[in-house]
Amino acid sequence: MGGWNILRVALIAIRRNPVRSGLTMLGVIIGVASVIAMVALGSGARASIDEQISSQGVNLIYLSAGSWGRGPGTARGGAGSTTSLTVEDADAVRAQVPLVARVSPGVRGRAQVIAGNQNWNTSIEGGNEEYLEIRSWRVVAGENFTARHVLVADKVCLLGKTVADLLFPGEDPVGQIVRVRNLPFRVIGVLAPKGQGQWGDDQDDIVIAPYTTLQKKLLGITHLNRVTISAVSQDRVEQAAIEITRLMRQRHRITNPDDDDFTVRTVEEMAQTRLDVANTMNSLLMSVASVSLLVGGIGIMNIMLVSVTERTREIGLRLAVGARSRDILSQFLAEAVTLSVFGGLLGIALGIGISETIVRSLGWPMQVTTEAIALAFGFAAAVGVFFGWYPARRAASLDPIDALRYE
Amino acid sequence: MALIRLVDLRKSYRVGDVTVHALRGLSLDVERGSFVCVVGASGSGKSTLMNVLGLLDRPTSGHYYLEGEDVSGFDKDRRAHLRNRKIGFVFQNFNLLPRTSALENVELPLLYGGRALPPAERHARARGLLEAVGLGSRLDHTPQQLSGGQQQRVAIARALVNEPELLLADEPTGNLDSRTSVEIMEILQRLVRERGITVVLITHEHDIAEYGTRVVTVRDGRVTSDTPVQNRRDAAAERAALPPLELEVEPEPAEAGAEA
Repeated sequence: MGGWNILRVALIAIRRNPVRSGLTMLGVIIGVASVIAMVALGSGARASIDEQISSQGVNLIYLSAGSWGRGPGTARGGAGSTTSLTVEDADAVRAQVPLVARVSPGVRGRAQVIAGNQNWNTSIEGGNEEYLEIRSWRVVAGENFTARHVLVADKVCLLGKTVADLLFPGEDPVGQIVRVRNLPFRVIGVLAPKGQGQWGDDQDDIVIAPYTTLQKKLLGITHLNRVTISAVSQDRVEQAAIEITRLMRQRHRITNPDDDDFTVRTVEEMAQTRLDVANTMNSLLMSVASVSLLVGGIGIMNIMLVSVTERTREIGLRLAVGARSRDILSQFLAEAVTLSVFGGLLGIALGIGISETIVRSLGWPMQVTTEAIALAFGFAAAVGVFFGWYPARRAASLDPIDALRYE
Repeated sequence: MALIRLVDLRKSYRVGDVTVHALRGLSLDVERGSFVCVVGASGSGKSTLMNVLGLLDRPTSGHYYLEGEDVSGFDKDRRAHLRNRKIGFVFQNFNLLPRTSALENVELPLLYGGRALPPAERHARARGLLEAVGLGSRLDHTPQQLSGGQQQRVAIARALVNEPELLLADEPTGNLDSRTSVEIMEILQRLVRERGITVVLITHEHDIAEYGTRVVTVRDGRVTSDTPVQNRRDAAAERAALPPLELEVEPEPAEAGAEA
C-alpha cells in the first residue's frame, strides 16, 4: 500500500470517530501548547536579561573598592566602603592590562540637585571623558565633557533623562545651571534614555560629571569608589577580569583572596544569577510541559489499543483480502502519528495564541522561537511513533482467523 | 488441471494440553468453474479446511496445489498476496467495515497486493460490481443503512473486485432469511455460469448444498462422500416463483423502488 493510501486510510479511520479523535489529540494539543508557551516565557526572560546586559555594554568590567568576600573574623563594609582604590590603580590597569580598552575612574554619591524652583534627590556619578563610551551611553542633546574638563575639574555635568525632565520640564537643559549641594554646575548635555537597570532601578535618574570635580569640589575625597573598564572584546572580558584582579592584588600586596579590598565583576557575572534563575525556571516549566506531552502520548497509546481491540474484525478482514502484517502496522502507526501531528499543529497554534495573550494582557516578555516550534512538533511526532508502535505491533501480529472470528 | 488439488492434508493444533486433529489426511480436487458445496457438522473440520483453502492457515502436512503450484509452504506475505489476487471471501457475518460506504468496502482489496490503481479506476470497478449485484443505487450507503441481504451482496462484490479464480463462501446464508438466501444463491450460481468463477461454499444445511454442482461431505477431518448433485436447485427459478413481498422492509423507504 502506497504512502498516500496509508494516509488516506488513517484519515478515514480518524474521521469515523471524530469525538474520540479530538479528545485523543487534546492531550498532545495541551502538551505542545504548554511547551511552546513555556519556552517562549523562558526565551523572553533571557532575551530581556541579554538586552539589559548589552544596554550596559557587553565588555563592561567593574572594579569596585571593598570586597564582597567574607573573610573569617573580620568586619567587612562591602563594595565601595573602603578608601584604598585610587586613580593610580586605574592608571595601572590602563597601562598594564593589554586586554583593557578603556578605563574610567569613578566616584558616586547622592545629592540634592536644584534648578530654579525644582529640586530632586538623585545619584551623582563621576567619570572621565571615556565613561559614556564604556557604558555605551549616548548624548542626545549638547555634548559629552572632554579630557580637559576632567583635567581642570570643571563644574560641568550631564543629566539623565529622568532628571532633565524633572528639573527642566519643557525646556532645553543644555546651557542651564543646576546647583548640586549649592555648587553650580553647567549642564552641557542630556543623556539618551537607558531604561530600567538590572534590579529594576531607573538608570536615567542620574547626573554625571567629571570625577575630578566631584572628588575635589563636592565630596572632598581623593580615593575612588569604582573604576569602570571595558575589555577589548566580549570574549576577552573574563581574561581581562582575571588579569585586573591579579594586578590589583599585586599592587595592594594581597596574598590571600579573602583579604581583597576590591571587587572585580563583569556585567555578565552580575547577570549570571538572574540568568541562572531564568534557566532553572525554564527547565522546570519545560519538564512540566514535557510531562503533559508524555501524558498526551500515553492517551494516544490507550486509544489506539482500544481501537485495535475494537477493530479486530476489521483487521482480520483486511488480512483476509490481502493486507500484509506490515500494511496493518503502517496503517495503525499512521493513525497514531496523524493524531499526534494534527494535535501538534493545533498545539502550536494554541501555544502561539497563549503567548500572544500573555504578552498583551500581562506584558511579560515572551519570545516564540522557530526552534521551540520545531522542537515541540518533532517531539509530538516522535510521541506518535513511540506510543503508536506498540498498539500497531499488536494489530499487525493478529492472526487473520482469530481476528475474523473475534466477537 | 484442477484449480485446487489437496493431497493428504493434515492439520493439528494444540488447545491447552490437548492436540486436536482437525484434518486427517484429506484429499480433494476442485475443477475450474465448478460449484462445490462442503457440508459437515460442527467439529468435522470443514472450517479448518476453509481456512487452509483460503490460505489463512497452513496445513501441518500434505500438499495444497493452487493452479498447479504447491502453496502449502508459502510464508505469510506470499499467502497474503495470493489471497489478494486469487481468492475472494464471503463470510457468514458479512464483515463489512462499519461507517464506510458500500463503494469503499468493495474497493478495499484494491488497496493491497502491491498494485496502485488510480482512484478513478478503483471507483469504476467497484461501481460496476455493485451494479452487477443490484446495488447500483446504494453506492454511498454504509452497512448500517443496508439490509442483511444487501450487505452480503456488497461482500460478494468485494470478493470479486480483484477478479479472483476462487470464491470461498463460509455459510454465506447463515444469517439470512430463506428468501434472501435464495437471492444470494442466485448471484453465486450466476457467477459460476456467466463468469466461470469457481465457488467453494461451506454450509451445514443440505438444502443449500443442493444449489451446487457437487456436494462434499466432511467428517472427522476426511472426505466421507463426494457426489455430483442430481436434482440441482435453480435459485433464479425459485425466486421468480416466490410470492411478491407485500411490504419490503427497507431502511430508507424513499429508495425502495430503485432496487430490482
